[in-house]
Amino acid sequence: MSDNEILEQIDRYLNGEMTKQERADFEVLRAENAEINEQVTEHKHFTNLIKQYGERLELERRLDAIHNEIDVEALEDQFRIHPSFIVRLWRNHHSKISVAGSIAIFAVLCTLFFTGYLGSRDPRFGELSREIKNVKSTTDQLKSNFNKLNAQNGRVNFGKFGGTGFAISSNGYIVTDFHVIQGNDTVFVQSASGASYKAAVIYSDPTTDVAVLKIKDTSFKSLGIIPYALKKSETDIGENVFTVGYPRDAMVFSPGFLTASSGINGDTTQYQISTPVNFGNSGGPLLDNKGNLIGIIKAKDLHVEGAAFAVKSNYLLKAIQDMPDSLKVNLNMNSRNGLASLNRVQQIKKMQNYIFMIRVNQ
Amino acid sequence: MSKELTNGTPTDSEVILGILNNSESVVKRLYLAYFPMVMQLIINNNGDADDAKDIYQEAIIILYNKVKNGDFELSSKLKTYIYSVCRRLWLKRLSQLNRYGGDIKDFEEYLSVDDETEKNNERDIQFNRMGDALNLLGEPCKTIIEDFYINNKSMKEICEEFGYTNADNAKTQKYKCLQRLKKLFFQQT
Repeated sequence: MSDNEILEQIDRYLNGEMTKQERADFEVLRAENAEINEQVTEHKHFTNLIKQYGERLELERRLDAIHNEIDVEALEDQFRIHPSFIVRLWRNHHSKISVAGSIAIFAVLCTLFFTGYLGSRDPRFGELSREIKNVKSTTDQLKSNFNKLNAQNGRVNFGKFGGTGFAISSNGYIVTDFHVIQGNDTVFVQSASGASYKAAVIYSDPTTDVAVLKIKDTSFKSLGIIPYALKKSETDIGENVFTVGYPRDAMVFSPGFLTASSGINGDTTQYQISTPVNFGNSGGPLLDNKGNLIGIIKAKDLHVEGAAFAVKSNYLLKAIQDMPDSLKVNLNMNSRNGLASLNRVQQIKKMQNYIFMIRVNQ
Repeated sequence: MSKELTNGTPTDSEVILGILNNSESVVKRLYLAYFPMVMQLIINNNGDADDAKDIYQEAIIILYNKVKNGDFELSSKLKTYIYSVCRRLWLKRLSQLNRYGGDIKDFEEYLSVDDETEKNNERDIQFNRMGDALNLLGEPCKTIIEDFYINNKSMKEICEEFGYTNADNAKTQKYKCLQRLKKLFFQQT
């Protein structure tokens, strides 16, 4: 049997075209001959593949035919998710938009750079510092106005509503600063013991900033002997000095040194002292170690630490001497110093009733 | 056939029975019923209408063969099954084309259907080889083989069609053709 004939037999066998007898014979042959058996299996597999391939082609044809009935374009339109207007605009024109955007950013940066806006990193801080600068300049202006006012008045700064004064005679003459009582005819004086009297301004000398008051009170009798004496000669630099005054409601003792023989702007009528004084010390007595009256506290230099000024006692004396005679009736200055041998505590205790708080009605 | 059966979406069991019975109309209704769904999936995930057609037909063929082989078990809705197969096939296609961006827009729920598409792939390779081999075979061999093995025509019919003087000549010719086809088919491996 040739290969051709064997294949013919196999085809007929597989297609079921053999008669019963032929089929039986072939099956015997298949069982006996392994080679033929293998050929049958192989042929069956291959022809099946051809058949399946054919079926697949047929199926695809049918599906294609069905597919052709579908309106694909309409479906495509229906199901495509249409992006929003903005997205479509971007897709169609993104290159142009990008270029335009880049140019815009570049232009803005250039403008900012050339106008110097990029210099300050955060505009808010710039404003803040500007505001601070404004505040500072306003403050400076205020300060200069203030200083100008002070310069006009011839003193640095002292409160108008209160000061210190001290008795210079037992019958009620009290000396204080002119600027303490400025603008008042009548003031109230109060001693450390609490005795309060009405006093009239009887003399004032704005050039030396000295004022003389006279207690005009019916309840007033006499102060007693003044413990300190006015020193007529000038005191030397380095002298231990002190003052007692009313920078607040209580009497305050302030020790210090005489540091210069001239005062504000080289004024020779004044001493410079390094004594802690405050508003309210104005008009207080400046005494040396021995308890001699050497000056009247006048002012405090606000720009120099610990520098204050006092009018020299001889100018006080001069002012008193300049007073019209009608005003200094019974003004008997004490010339005997009763404090010289005492220590500081006893000195203060002894003199405290002669130092007055001056209250003005301003 | 009632009107109800010729129109609209066929029920799932209708489809299975229809395929088993080679019902032309059921296959058509099946095809028409689910194509829009697959179309929506493909065109909104970097594909076009032709891609949708390819993928959908591949999925239908997978379903068809599974049903024919009797190993199709309906474990979910048929719609979900088809969608899942198409989704899987399209993902594979996208990654082959390097068009897959790692993100796919879904429109239906889906199952994991890996092994089925793999099996189908092997079969596709064999069919492609068979198609190539048949084309290389040339006429009249191609038609003789197709007529005899695919269209189940008898040797007698083939004999008349090609004007062979006797059946033996035709058989010899068919034998030669088959041998060449086998050679072409196995040469490709």
